[in-house]
Amino acid sequence: MDIFVQQLINGLTLGSIYGLIAIGYTMVFGIIGMVNFAHGDVFMVSAFIALICFLLLTTVLGITSIFLALAIVLVVAMFFTALTNWAIERVAYRPLRGSFRLAPMISAIGMSILLANFVQVSQGPRNKPVPPMIGDVIVLMERDGYQVTLAWKQVIIMVLTAALLGGFWYLVQKTSLGRAQRACEQDRKMAALLGINVDHTISLTFVIGAALAAVAGVMYLMYYGVVNFADGFVPGVKAFTAAVLGGIGSLPGAVLGGLLIGLIETFWSAYFSIEYKDVAAFSILAVTLIFLPQGLLGRPEVEKV
Amino acid sequence: MSQTSPATPAAMLSVRGVKTFYGNIMALKGVDVEVNRGEIVTLIGSNGAGKSTLMMTIFGQPRAREGQILYEGRDITRMPTHEIAQLKIAQSPEGRRIFPRMTVYENLQMGASVDGFAHFDEDLLKVFTLFPRLKERISQRGGTLSGGEQQMLAIGRALMSRPRLLMLDEPSLGLAPLIVRQIFDAIRELNRNEGLTVFLVEQNAFHALKLAHRGYVLVNGVVTLAGEGRELLERPEVRAAYLEGGRH
Repeated sequence: MDIFVQQLINGLTLGSIYGLIAIGYTMVFGIIGMVNFAHGDVFMVSAFIALICFLLLTTVLGITSIFLALAIVLVVAMFFTALTNWAIERVAYRPLRGSFRLAPMISAIGMSILLANFVQVSQGPRNKPVPPMIGDVIVLMERDGYQVTLAWKQVIIMVLTAALLGGFWYLVQKTSLGRAQRACEQDRKMAALLGINVDHTISLTFVIGAALAAVAGVMYLMYYGVVNFADGFVPGVKAFTAAVLGGIGSLPGAVLGGLLIGLIETFWSAYFSIEYKDVAAFSILAVTLIFLPQGLLGRPEVEKV
Repeated sequence: MSQTSPATPAAMLSVRGVKTFYGNIMALKGVDVEVNRGEIVTLIGSNGAGKSTLMMTIFGQPRAREGQILYEGRDITRMPTHEIAQLKIAQSPEGRRIFPRMTVYENLQMGASVDGFAHFDEDLLKVFTLFPRLKERISQRGGTLSGGEQQMLAIGRALMSRPRLLMLDEPSLGLAPLIVRQIFDAIRELNRNEGLTVFLVEQNAFHALKLAHRGYVLVNGVVTLAGEGRELLERPEVRAAYLEGGRH
């Protein structure tokens, strides 16, 4: 029971991070029908931006309040990651729009390699640590010397994710920007006939996806305390799995899928084998694609006539 | 684009020698059409004549490969689609193209985005007066509406932008005769009372020609006849092809 509760907490934390990344995959797929393979690396880049910003703030500017530093890091990382993703879309995907379907995906794989290698060359191949932040934990229960703890870091991650998703939901459902975004997703040509700038809206989708991934990146860095150039790949593919499991194109699906993948991974590690935790996550991808290709909350593919 | 000869002052929309291709197939083979301010102009023709292609070509979807499209004297042949819409040209397109996973209300909101929501409530009221059915369906998703309701929504959505030029692609399609009459009456009213210019594509030649000031007949991507609506209605070739069971 104790282990179960502890893993539940850990799983939800990890799942929050996956969910935030998964939204980027699912939004881009929804609007231009492309799997953005570079999205995981964008997430990794955001963690590096956060790292650099954090070190600058604490060592050079001497900011001592960890919360202030984190807040600034969050804003800076969101801004620069969004900018990066905006530029990627402009350079690598937009010129290929209207080309055959595979072209932008291949371009995305290229971008993924480029980002990972750029970070490797410019930041070095080693793990980059940050000093531990917010080490305090809340002891929820204790039995036979086993403590079930909830770290403040985890509280921050879950609360921030929930708040962000609330804001994001409001943006998509209730604002004219979100409405334009959904319109482009459902019928790009008609949206243009109604005066919506489709290119603009697609750019915006990339910007929002990157901003959410950046929040995930900051939290990943805070949670694990290290990041390296290859850290985009595995979390990226897991978030993609989450998006597929939830039903690609569905925003609530991405969040649900992220939480499930996080839970599956942590429970698998706890009860079976930690070495095979990635196998568990990726088996889910295979099983979902075979037996439930539209995902949990996705809609079945209907060919437009 | 470059040098354009000035349009005749009354022409709101003029299409000049427009050729449109789908791949290598020429769908419009040099079409000339003019719509004057305050007019109702109809374009009739059978399936595959290129009527809808012309409607979409005016919006640059697809682009005209040759020829020119002028709106209020401005060359819009190469203008991005959304900028053309921002000139207050609205279209209720072929196939209606309702956003299926948006509510009726949201679909109407989408229509109003060009107008910046300045007259949203007022226009909404007007659309609901025109189509009370839409009001009953206000929070239903577009995709769950019947064909006729979707048609009303498509027209309503176009009206929400306060267009100066309203382009309707087969508004009678899939509607019961009574509702068709209603819609045509509404078009006449909007034209008469508010001076709305209407460009109407129809297979339903009889109603369309009776309503319109002027009409064009499009056959295989070429305009074969042009004239006043009632005059065209009397032409034997129009009667034979489009009015006496000759519709394909």
